[in-house]
Amino acid sequence: MIDIDPNALPQTDPIRRSRVSAAKAPWWLWVASLLIVLPLGLAIVALLVRVLDATDSAWSTLLSIRTLELVWRSFALTALVTMAATAIGVAGAWILARTDIGFKRMWGVAFALPLVIPSYVIAMVLVSSSGPRGLVAQLVGFEIPRLTGFPGAWVALTLATYPYVYLITAASIGRIDPALEEAARGLGASPWRVFRTVVLPQLRPAVGAGALLAALYTLSDFGAVSLMRFDAFTRVIYAQYSGRIDRSPAIVLSIVLILFASVIIWAERRTSGRGTTFSSTPNRPPALHRLRGAKHVLAVAGLGTVVVIGTVIPIGVLTTWVARGAYHGADISVPWNAVVGSLTGGSLAALVAMVFTVPIVVLAVRYASKRTMLLERSVFVIFSLPHITIAIAVVAFTIRWARPVYQTMFVLVTVYAGMFIAQSTSAAKASLLQVDPAVEDASRSLGRGPFATLMRVTVPLMAKGLLAGGALVFVTTLKELPVTLLLSPPGFSTLAVRVWAAADELLYTRAATAALILIAMSVLPVYFLSIKPKAVVER
Amino acid sequence: MSDHVISVRDVTVTFGEAKALDRFSLDVPTGSLLALVGPSGCGKTTALRVIAGFQDVDTGSVSIRDTPVLDGKVNVPPEKRRVGMVFQEYALFPHISVAENVGYGVRGSDRVHRVDEVLELVGLSGHGSRFPHELSGGEQQRVALARALAPGPDVVLLDEPFSNLDAPKRERMRREIKEIIRAAGVTAVLVTHDQAEALAIADIVAVMHEGAIVQIGKPDAVYRVPVNRWVAHFLGDALILSGTVESGSIPTSIAEIETDLSDGTDVTVMIRPEWISPTVSPTGTHRVVDTEFYGHDQRVEIELAESADRVEALVSSLHAIHVGDTVDLEVLDAVVYPKAR
Repeated sequence: MIDIDPNALPQTDPIRRSRVSAAKAPWWLWVASLLIVLPLGLAIVALLVRVLDATDSAWSTLLSIRTLELVWRSFALTALVTMAATAIGVAGAWILARTDIGFKRMWGVAFALPLVIPSYVIAMVLVSSSGPRGLVAQLVGFEIPRLTGFPGAWVALTLATYPYVYLITAASIGRIDPALEEAARGLGASPWRVFRTVVLPQLRPAVGAGALLAALYTLSDFGAVSLMRFDAFTRVIYAQYSGRIDRSPAIVLSIVLILFASVIIWAERRTSGRGTTFSSTPNRPPALHRLRGAKHVLAVAGLGTVVVIGTVIPIGVLTTWVARGAYHGADISVPWNAVVGSLTGGSLAALVAMVFTVPIVVLAVRYASKRTMLLERSVFVIFSLPHITIAIAVVAFTIRWARPVYQTMFVLVTVYAGMFIAQSTSAAKASLLQVDPAVEDASRSLGRGPFATLMRVTVPLMAKGLLAGGALVFVTTLKELPVTLLLSPPGFSTLAVRVWAAADELLYTRAATAALILIAMSVLPVYFLSIKPKAVVER
Repeated sequence: MSDHVISVRDVTVTFGEAKALDRFSLDVPTGSLLALVGPSGCGKTTALRVIAGFQDVDTGSVSIRDTPVLDGKVNVPPEKRRVGMVFQEYALFPHISVAENVGYGVRGSDRVHRVDEVLELVGLSGHGSRFPHELSGGEQQRVALARALAPGPDVVLLDEPFSNLDAPKRERMRREIKEIIRAAGVTAVLVTHDQAEALAIADIVAVMHEGAIVQIGKPDAVYRVPVNRWVAHFLGDALILSGTVESGSIPTSIAEIETDLSDGTDVTVMIRPEWISPTVSPTGTHRVVDTEFYGHDQRVEIELAESADRVEALVSSLHAIHVGDTVDLEVLDAVVYPKAR
């Protein structure tokens, strides 16, 4: 008769509050985003359309050069470079953030330094110093094996790309709450297990973004593979394009490469997304792992090897070339025209990229939908395209549709920014994901409209990622080659062009002079990038 | 001119298949402190976000001070609604000082003065130059409230304001927040899943279940006379009995309960544990099987003679009552619901 009901509360599934259906994106965010994406997008679409008129010879070329083998070679290179770069970048970031290794500031700077050394400079250094007639053989009389082909390209591109993984991971690791790691250690987990089960899952978005950058860089790189005489996609496309009247084969191959890049982006998207958490800036420093004995030696040796091969040797070799040149009376004066050109191009590109990164990232993070995903993908596809392909597309497009701006600074900067904006959106997105959307709601409820909220709350809070992204764009633009060659206004030159042209003619002294100035100019932003993440941890 | 600050009419919000709000309606009287209480997932935070303007709706309307802010034609953006909001995790702007946070929504020349005034109201004078991360949880909470109050909104919405505080602090903050809201003379709507908190802080309690309000009223009224079994259990412990009226009273295994209902009516009876009064007596028919002594009162578990079922009573700590005692039971109050036929 008595009816005592212990299950008082009916269970309902908690409904997760969804930002997707909550509000519509302001139209001006879309307009701003499309301003930077659409021009390059149109140029590339125009290129795609040209494929339809591709000659029969284009299709027969596709068969005759054994495209599958080409795909396999590029795939193998991309996969191996990405793996090596990710391992080095993540390991370096963790050691510097979570162990008591000494001289952290010095290591931090040295570890990020290869970012300022273009892949073709590293390749030039490796090629010019190894082998029977290499610098080492000439100076010491001891011949080291000639480093070319696949191994050469692998080493050069790994050194050129691991800093991307390292920097993005380091920025993210500084924002992880160390309490979780301490909890795991308190439960008896070994440092390796803590890293694998607690740190890595939280770093997942950052590592994914870094690895994606490394993979796309490798796929697009032209300088290193061509100097290494390794027939990757870009080198073959270049060979098919230059010195031929029928350029259709190059265009057809470019399309295959675009598909390739799309597959990589798709693969990263598939595995990403989970593990994106809001975490706040930790309010106290982490407990550091003590490195003693063999572990200490191992850590120092590991970091040291990377720094020596990636930075010390290249700079040593370049300096030696310059010194030898000076001794033999060669011209080692500063190419001022190229210095000014590099500075102007790099800073304008970084500025434009940062401005347009804001709307793209806000759309992608706060108004995520199928359309914003498409926007992000187009940004990445443009970034992943070999620069030579973009250059060809833009030249063709401007000559046909926008003759007055052909070979103007306006087009050059727009292309730089549009091409590299993926770097700043990656960095800024990681930053914005950590900002609680409630602060924006708070600003709205306090009477500020969407634009005021964007400028006063969102942008300042993602400034760290935005600036890091801008610095990346600056440094990448300094190193850029094919687009500069094809789109520069008359009389405009950069250090990159000068290095390339000289190295191509085996004028190593001249190339080394420009390369050293180029590296010096890129050092400042990278120094800034490597200091910032630690400043957060130390506060 | 109505005396309601907020009027929500028949709002429905769906997330995919799930209905977060299902024809949700609510009137918030001017000057009241209304608590929207319900289990997690009942849609209470969604309701708050609809009022603030952060959530689009499928159907329904919202008016603030008799001005429609959301209906078929208009959808006033959050920044134009004059609604202050205190977020669950405070959402203070981490990059600017406390004073800049509080002054963020204030425009005009007396901004500095207003910031000082509101900081004083929440008891944080002199903390203006600090940054949010330098404050304790309770202080952050008060800054969040000050920031919401500073522009002088028509109403302040608080989303689970005490969930980030530990228990002793929570009770203190509850009183402080209530006092601040009273002193500011502002209407407030507070969302919580904690029924004790809702009953303690609010003038009006609105109980939500599956996307709609099932009962609204003064705290004591909804606690004493819940409209259904679900509300009864949600707001506190309740003993539910069934019976039939026989000559003006309902015989139950505890006691006879008097009623005005006509004989033969099938009824459900709800009794709160503190409405059951046991008296220790050597001739008592029921037996005490367990006690929990809390200090201010004690919970007594009693095995009934007739059915060997157990009931719980909440009695004053003055009563000396122990396991093994035999007791007589008296029912001080009971709510009788005729069963629908």
